[in-house]
Amino acid sequence: MLTIFGVPAPLLFGQVLLGLINGAFYALLSLGLAIIFGLLGIINFAHGALFMMGAFVAWMLLNYVGIGYWWALLLAPIIVGAFGLVLERSIIRRLYGLDHLYGLLLTFGLALVIEGLFRNQYGSSGLPYQIPHALQGATNLGFMFLPNYRGWVVAAALVVCLATWIVIDKTPLGARLRAATENAPLVQAFGVNVPRMVSLTYAGGVALAAFAGVLAAPIDSVNPNMGTYFINIVFAVVVIGGMGSIIGSIVTGFGLGVVEGLTKVFWPEASGAVVFFVMVIVLLVRPAGLFGKTA
Amino acid sequence: MSALLEVTDLHAGYGAGEVLHGIALNVQQSGVTALLGANGAGKTTTLRAICGMLARSGVIRLEGERIDAMTTEDIARRGIAHVPDGRGTFLDLTVGENLRLGAYVRRDRSVASDLAHMLDLFPVLRERLRQQAGTLSGGEQQMLAIARALLSRPRLLLLDEPSFGLAPLIVQQLFAILSRVRTESGIGILLVEQNASLALDFADHACILEAGRIALVGAAATIGADEQVRRVYLGY
Repeated sequence: MLTIFGVPAPLLFGQVLLGLINGAFYALLSLGLAIIFGLLGIINFAHGALFMMGAFVAWMLLNYVGIGYWWALLLAPIIVGAFGLVLERSIIRRLYGLDHLYGLLLTFGLALVIEGLFRNQYGSSGLPYQIPHALQGATNLGFMFLPNYRGWVVAAALVVCLATWIVIDKTPLGARLRAATENAPLVQAFGVNVPRMVSLTYAGGVALAAFAGVLAAPIDSVNPNMGTYFINIVFAVVVIGGMGSIIGSIVTGFGLGVVEGLTKVFWPEASGAVVFFVMVIVLLVRPAGLFGKTA
Repeated sequence: MSALLEVTDLHAGYGAGEVLHGIALNVQQSGVTALLGANGAGKTTTLRAICGMLARSGVIRLEGERIDAMTTEDIARRGIAHVPDGRGTFLDLTVGENLRLGAYVRRDRSVASDLAHMLDLFPVLRERLRQQAGTLSGGEQQMLAIARALLSRPRLLLLDEPSFGLAPLIVQQLFAILSRVRTESGIGILLVEQNASLALDFADHACILEAGRIALVGAAATIGADEQVRRVYLGY
């Protein structure tokens, strides 16, 4: 059997793939966090809970309304995004201009409340969600078997991340968003309704989290704690990529997923800590993050 | 005919501190009013208050319509464009993106031809359309800020210290272009300047602000000719 550095190739590639899948979630989640932090200056600790809501909404759509995976992929982000819109309009809006710490405390509290409500209603043992028919089974790539659903997750996350990046970097809408990130009052003086843009940006970041939640539903069981697993690592990803950097969060998300996967092969005990180890190194060498701008 | 901009009893400030204590000023149709005064007199605050960028009270009319209770974005839609102090360049955007932001309020089809016209007026911007605006020199950024403001096809242009930090030659160039724009488009300008002699040459009216109050109003030529006024308020 083919071996690389003394490791059987299928094992190595399998871990890289697992890493890419985790990386897909890191990228989607940190992308939303980066957009929200860039414009609102809010460190959205509720992101993990909103990711979990995405998975739950997909489960509810299936079990209460009979709407399947593909429609859930579209509807859950819209529903959870609308919930985010209400949160921003009613509560988060009051914190603009205050210290970042207030936003962090508020959204952390929101996360606890949301997760508590779901735990109360659905327990914490987890609910099953089937992989859609079209994506069941696996494909033989020659050097390894690729479970179709996992391939789909990586591809879908990549497409959504790149689409988001293109919108922000290449369109007039994105230009207004970047301009408002730099100097919101001045953008307003050009006739742009900035408060509305802020609300929609928050909703957009939340929708990305919910989209990731739907993708995750068939992989993990749908349970109220599924966001907490990711959120700590995702914050490390955001710091490593550079606070508010769009491309930084995408590249770092996927990259760290792979680094984590490879660590599992060569030094399994370290895989849980490697992301934070990278964070320490990056903060020492480039305090603004890999893609961040030094102020 | 009513004035283009009519400001009466304008109070404004930052938080609890009031900076403007009830000022009045006018800009005539196609006219230029220079707003002069020492640092901290409230010149920039006046422009921001007119734009609705800070808390204010008083009456502000644009061609007779009251705009003092409107939001900043609605005021922009009514036709007031702002060239802020420090130029307000969006450093992360390209020059082209900066310019198009200026035209955001417009829904007509002549934006492209106006953009071409601006690039004729400021050829240096044409060469740099795809460049990050942060890489421009100070003078180029000032030109960008003016071109961006004009792209909204404003009725009134608020200019905050366009000469600040620029070489004399560039300043001359800039004001030559501004005179051309003025005769071409007939917009009104409210000009804040540290360089009083330059401003008085360009303007037809002038107001001198002192500690948040209007100390003197008059024709620019009269104020510029009064030696005592020059010595006391304008320092030249």
